[in-house]
Amino acid sequence: MTGWTAVLAACALCFVLKLAGHLLPERFLSGERVSRIAALVTVALLAALVAVQTLGGPSSGPALTVDARVPALAVAAVALALRAPFIVVVVMAAGTAAALRATGAVT
Amino acid sequence: MRPSISGGAATGAYGLSFGALAVAAGLTVPQSCALSLLMFTGGSQFAFVGVVGAGGSPVAAVATAGLLGVRNGLYGLQMAPVLAARGARRLAAAHLTIDESTAVGTAQPTPPLRRLGFWVTGLAVFGLWNASTLVGAVVWDALGDPRRWGLDAAAAAAFLGLLWPRLREGRARGVAAGAVVVAAALTPLVPPGLPVLAAAAVAVVLGWRNPSRAAPGGVAP
Repeated sequence: MTGWTAVLAACALCFVLKLAGHLLPERFLSGERVSRIAALVTVALLAALVAVQTLGGPSSGPALTVDARVPALAVAAVALALRAPFIVVVVMAAGTAAALRATGAVT
Repeated sequence: MRPSISGGAATGAYGLSFGALAVAAGLTVPQSCALSLLMFTGGSQFAFVGVVGAGGSPVAAVATAGLLGVRNGLYGLQMAPVLAARGARRLAAAHLTIDESTAVGTAQPTPPLRRLGFWVTGLAVFGLWNASTLVGAVVWDALGDPRRWGLDAAAAAAFLGLLWPRLREGRARGVAAGAVVVAAALTPLVPPGLPVLAAAAVAVVLGWRNPSRAAPGGVAP
């Protein structure tokens, strides 16, 4: 179980980041490179999280694993390309993985 | 203010997913709800439970959440002159500074409407987000066994759903591809949580140069 310390520390850090924007002088925004990189950092972290959630070990194992999550993610990508709402995408991915596991074809 | 209404349904769906995924990652229901109440920024919250669920260290989880929260600081820089809030109102404004409130706030034509859009959207999302997190967490706590219901795949799909609208620009797609490669390559080699943090470097490297534009005034780096 994750400690409350980590939960509260992360909450405090995120609030300080929000508040910093309201307290710093506006000229900090003029750094075009800063805002560009910040937007791309969001993209990089989300993409990395997709990779780790899809291929990371089932629990905390170190190796890459290919299982029912891979076809489920493919279904999610198709749903997103067809402009399905977020909840539909998530439910379809979960349903794909659950159905494949129920058949015993993949783990 | 139509974006607020369609945004409301999306917020409820995100919140339900977040509550369920947080509990599936091993957090308690009160911890899941505390994240929505006190962190209140979706990307960072999903990332925090994602790193925790993958067995990452608490430090890596906090750092990843923080990196995803940097953009809220930039939103704050944008909104502060418009809101001109002081004291407790400024603290409240900071807490409500997220993707949705900034997007609706900056899209309005006049300063009073920008303020109204920001506050209405921020407060509505805050209420919906916390209510749906609680429902998602409680329901999932009762169901149990996340893998049997495919919730591990739902987590991956949730991140893809958050990423998708940010991939319109070519450079963003390049960064995403690079981040996937870096994170996947490092996963067998380093402790969980670090591959995601390392992928942030891809954004710094690829974002450093100005996009397809000559340096103004011929100033070379």
